[in-house]
Amino acid sequence: MAQLPATSEREQKILGIIETARGKRPKFRDEQITMAHGAGGKATHSLIEGMFVPALGGGELAAMADAGAVTVDGVELALTTDSFVVKPLRFPGGSIGELSVNGTVNDLAVAGARPVALSLSLILEEGLGAEVLRAEVAAIASTAREAGVEIVAGDTKVVERGHADGMYICTTGIGRRDGRATLSPAALRPGDRVLLSGTIGDHGTAIMLARGEFELDAKIESDTRSLWPAVAALLDAVGPQLRCLRDATRGGVASVLNELARSSAVAMLVDEASIPVEPAVAGAAEILGIDPMYVANEGKLVAFVAPDRAETALAALRSVPGCEAAAEIGEVRTEPPGMVLVQTGFGGRRVMDQLVGDPLPRIC
Amino acid sequence: MRFVDEFRDAELGRAVAAEILSLIEPGRHYKLMEVCGGHTHSIYKYGVDDLLPANVELVHGPGCPVCVIPMGRVDDGIALARTDGVIFTCFGDMMRVPGSEGSLLEAKAAGADVRMVYSPLDALRIAKQNPDREVVFFAIGFETTAPSTALTLKRARAEGVTNFSCMCNHVTIVPPVRALLESPDLRLDGFIGPGHVSTIVGGRPFEFIPADYGKPLVIAGFEPLDILQAIAMILRQLEAGRCGVENQYTRVVPYEGNLRALEVMAEVFELRPHFEWRGLGFISHSGLQLSEAYADLDAERRFQVPGVRVADPKACQCGEVLKGVIKPWECKVFGTACTPERPIGTCMVSSEGACAAYYNFGRFAREREVV
Repeated sequence: MAQLPATSEREQKILGIIETARGKRPKFRDEQITMAHGAGGKATHSLIEGMFVPALGGGELAAMADAGAVTVDGVELALTTDSFVVKPLRFPGGSIGELSVNGTVNDLAVAGARPVALSLSLILEEGLGAEVLRAEVAAIASTAREAGVEIVAGDTKVVERGHADGMYICTTGIGRRDGRATLSPAALRPGDRVLLSGTIGDHGTAIMLARGEFELDAKIESDTRSLWPAVAALLDAVGPQLRCLRDATRGGVASVLNELARSSAVAMLVDEASIPVEPAVAGAAEILGIDPMYVANEGKLVAFVAPDRAETALAALRSVPGCEAAAEIGEVRTEPPGMVLVQTGFGGRRVMDQLVGDPLPRIC
Repeated sequence: MRFVDEFRDAELGRAVAAEILSLIEPGRHYKLMEVCGGHTHSIYKYGVDDLLPANVELVHGPGCPVCVIPMGRVDDGIALARTDGVIFTCFGDMMRVPGSEGSLLEAKAAGADVRMVYSPLDALRIAKQNPDREVVFFAIGFETTAPSTALTLKRARAEGVTNFSCMCNHVTIVPPVRALLESPDLRLDGFIGPGHVSTIVGGRPFEFIPADYGKPLVIAGFEPLDILQAIAMILRQLEAGRCGVENQYTRVVPYEGNLRALEVMAEVFELRPHFEWRGLGFISHSGLQLSEAYADLDAERRFQVPGVRVADPKACQCGEVLKGVIKPWECKVFGTACTPERPIGTCMVSSEGACAAYYNFGRFAREREVV
């Protein structure tokens, strides 16, 4: 056996060009906004890093974390905002009202902040049934109670029929940063273990099926829930050995791993066989030709933990209701920086890239 | 998942990989083409080529139905989508394919009513739900998807749906494979035959490949174990100095094909004199159009379609890449003007095209060993 001959000079040069292009901050060059800009993949990044951050960014925005850090008279706070435009408004396992609370609560939680208060902004479509609205307000109230946050401010706008799919909701949240760990992508070290708090793809698949476009029937429920109990359990268990957290919403676990690999210039190696997926979700994804790693979750976090504390962290995570299926799914490596590699269940290896557009079903 | 996981078993995979190793003549380089894009997808998804020695090289063939649609057809589709009153329907992954001035996804963003469907029947349903709109289905794919388009057109006729029509871009698999084989600079040792297409056409249409060109073809399923086994079957033929059409995918593919499906296709479609393929140019009798009997459901006759021909960009060398004459990185525009975000040629369009794959995975293809 022999190693392949050294690659030619020209091939090396081309690979170098690709490498440089990958490392560059994406430029926003599109002429109009397409759905891809909202899908959480490459197009979203080019918009954020190519337009928003250069125009608006001070240091905190440029960090592009789930929540921004604000210190007021020595009190460390986290601030975040999120809009919810889900269709249909109600789906198995949840509704837009529940999402609008949990989504913002979770952005605070994974920034290591205990959620304290939310504002609530409603954009309602002319003709929306009062019963529909009442049900969502009730859902918001009970979800906020469960998550231990208070709704302290609000706003209402009504737009003409045909403009808001029933209703859109925007929530802004404020939280108190927990001093037990300093969570940051910069804290990632080679050897750190990657933990996932439960099964993936449930929310996105539940929504796809609830839209009824595919005529598939399966009992799949959204996983919308507050992640603060999971974060609190991790902080209790391993404190400063918890390096970084992300909630794997739009773009799924694959996008979270890619973002962090890029921003921290590390590699990730993921063991595909260890990733928990509900059989019904795996089946639907198989039929639709979609990879669950790219499908949205609304109650799953990815945690990076120092190697010698990974077992303790995993045990703590599994003791939290809703996180029983938590698993260690991979580790941080040095080479190749910026890339996520997958050890497939079949024994091969591949690159798990950033999503280019919306995940579109394949024809063959 | 039952009946699926069995074909993704790592231990069985290692066993077939060992068999492949034993069939290899030391020092010889084997170049095998998987004709079908579905195989390419599985090869990447499961890292199948990682289980092969480096001197067994898999070349990605012309069987990605989305990638081979030429720019002019995409432009025609977009023109239809922009026509007043039209709801334009197509499969999801078609929406990202670039025409000369953007993709269907961009046309949608600019206001065209473009909707993703999962089956042509969904498009017909949209037509029934919107009787005051014209619904056009942009039909693409090889013999795999053509029968479902044909059945949908038959149903539209039977149900008297008059606001439904089809822009037919269906293609057939044999002509491009023959065109590749005719190319004097081709270097291939054998073919992994398309499993889904063969479900419809059977094994016979491929018999000319061993008979006229002396290359083995093994029809294969889409699970990683299927693909490895098909490779072993090809290598066994090469080792024994035999060549023929063999069927690894017997659990799905009958050798005579699906006669009912072929009948329906013959009724609804007829061969176009020639059809353009992105990267391969015009190939005679390689595309389907609606037959005279279904002419009234043909969107190209019902609407004004510009029918412009947009030449493949000159610098693009997809044809050579497809034939295995050059490697992706040897193309003049690879990685510079042509990238996955802004693809020029067919091989960069789909994530499993040879160039897109090399762009993303190229560095890691080096780690395997030569036997």
